[in-house]
Amino acid sequence: MSVLEIKNLQVSVITEAGNKEILRGVDLTIKSGETHAIMGPNGSGKSTLAYSIAGHPKYLITGGSVTLDGNDVLEMSVDERAKAGLFLAMQYPVEVPGVSVSNFLRTAVTAIRGEAPKVRTWVGEVKEAMASLNIDTAFSERNVNEGFSGGEKKRHEILQMELLRPKIAILDETDSGLDVDALRIVSEGVNRVKANSDLGVMLITHYTRILRYIKPDFVHVFANGKIVEEGGPELADKLEEQGYAAYITA
Amino acid sequence: MSQLTTNYLTPTGREEAWRFTPLKKLSGIHDLEVSVADNISLFAKSDLPKGVSLTTPNTSDHPPAYAASDIVTNRVRKEAKKTTLITIADNTEIAEPIFLKRKCGPTAEVSRAVIQVGVNSRATVVIENNGAGKLGEEIEISLAAGSSLNFITLQEWDLNSVHLAQHHAIIGKDAQFNSYVVSIGGSTVRISPTVEYTGMGASAEMYGVYFATDEQHLEHRIHVNHSVPNTKSRVNYKGALAGKGAHTVWIGDVYINKGAEGTDTYELNRNLLLTDGARADSVPNLEIETGEIVGAGHASTTGRFDDEQLFYLQSRGIPADIARRLVIRGFFAEIISKLKSEEIEERLMNRIESELSRVGE
Ligand SMILES: Nc1ncnc2c1ncn2[C@@H]1O[C@H](COP(=O)(O)OP(=O)(O)OP(=O)(O)O)[C@@H](O)[C@H]1O
Ligand SMILES: [Mg+2]
Repeated sequence: MSVLEIKNLQVSVITEAGNKEILRGVDLTIKSGETHAIMGPNGSGKSTLAYSIAGHPKYLITGGSVTLDGNDVLEMSVDERAKAGLFLAMQYPVEVPGVSVSNFLRTAVTAIRGEAPKVRTWVGEVKEAMASLNIDTAFSERNVNEGFSGGEKKRHEILQMELLRPKIAILDETDSGLDVDALRIVSEGVNRVKANSDLGVMLITHYTRILRYIKPDFVHVFANGKIVEEGGPELADKLEEQGYAAYITA
Repeated sequence: MSQLTTNYLTPTGREEAWRFTPLKKLSGIHDLEVSVADNISLFAKSDLPKGVSLTTPNTSDHPPAYAASDIVTNRVRKEAKKTTLITIADNTEIAEPIFLKRKCGPTAEVSRAVIQVGVNSRATVVIENNGAGKLGEEIEISLAAGSSLNFITLQEWDLNSVHLAQHHAIIGKDAQFNSYVVSIGGSTVRISPTVEYTGMGASAEMYGVYFATDEQHLEHRIHVNHSVPNTKSRVNYKGALAGKGAHTVWIGDVYINKGAEGTDTYELNRNLLLTDGARADSVPNLEIETGEIVGAGHASTTGRFDDEQLFYLQSRGIPADIARRLVIRGFFAEIISKLKSEEIEERLMNRIESELSRVGE
């Protein structure tokens, strides 16, 4: 049983023109097995929240705390956070030229599990995970995300999640850019990991579509750098009908 | 070429060809006032296969086959009494690479070598330049019609070594010259891979990898002269730099002369700056005197290490140092993998990684 606790988190983005305040006091607690949907207008700071938890260097934490099972996440280096059990499926996965998917996956799994996976079982494990996400095995030999289509990148993020077995996963618009079939396949992947490992999920999305596959326990409305309303799945339907107008008060 | 006035004088650093090079660090190899030793420094690493010979005849019996403009090349020709001659007989296919090793003396010295590849023959020659040395050298390579040579030089010198060299290839009809220049070690390394074509269908692929750290100067001056019809060249050099005073220079001169219809050429140089305080100069230069060509292009980029890549890898649990290595390995992989030798690939990457870990110490 794991708990990610975000308390009064305040974050600025570091820019050449100076620091710009984005997160203005975010409070959120995610426990194993729970799925929290985060919905909010463009530019409200959802990705900033995701990146800040993962430790991206372009964000400056100006206040508040993030802990995983009581351990201070903000004190950890980026890789330590991943080893502690956090995973971020990125809105825009990064291309890494010259590094093959298979080398990358093996290196990552070795780092997270603390030992190199057994060659025999590893090959099968990757094959199976790829097959279940409908990823052609030819991708193993391609460079990480290089030339992948938008949807292929997203599937590849979930592939990593399956293999790295995190405690808490943040999925930043993993559903954007997926066709109907891919959305189902990716959702099934997330549900499979949830079923196998009691994963806690922060699901950032703009659409209720994915919530039909991955049932949220909680829905949070995110606006202007913080959570402005919380509710159950019914809140997502309300947002779809009424939009965010009620929450955006300048 | 045309600058005879400066060619046979000690360079001052104001000459176009010498403006990037730190003359003070050359141990006098370029300086006609400083004497240089005349040693044989190139040896076969193991028994040579059938059809291959290595001898050391008098230089006067193997006079230069082309006019050189480089001061050091001309000096080598004048000072080296003996030439190391490597011949590969006609119609011979040597599957295993021919390894040559270098053994330099304690003072500045010169070396001249000639490599002759016979008609329709194929071979791979690897020169391992390591240890301590202060070397000025010329290697003249001739490829007879229909032959093919992979010519690999590995500059894995010790920290204080100096190496100034010209590798000149004369490529015959339908012959294929593949050059791989890897420069990692040495305090100052300046290599000029130059090629000319003597028959139609001749082709050159020239690849390079260099990695410069603190105060190291690595310079590569490519010169391709398309003077006969239907010849091809591909140049691709990749360099990475780390640490204060790390300096690399890449010059890519490609000439397509009037008679060289059907020329197909592309040259590329990419540099990766891993830290502040390093400098990569990159000067591609394409001169075209005929419109009847297949293609001609060049590109040069110098970029900083991409922190987003580092973050992505780290966010998957990969520690920063391993992530950085993966990215650098990835950057060089495109070229190093062409060497088709896992042993050399591993050795070079290990050297690059150990250089990297020393940066800023
Ligand atoms: N380098 C920067 N300079 C200025 N503003 C920035 C910079 N980086 C991010 N921002 C701003 O931070 C705000 C929050 O961005 P963020 O990506 O977190 O939004 P988001 O909620 O994820 O939006 P979307 O739904 O479009 O993905 C935006 O207004 C964005 O323009
Ligand atoms: Mg976003």
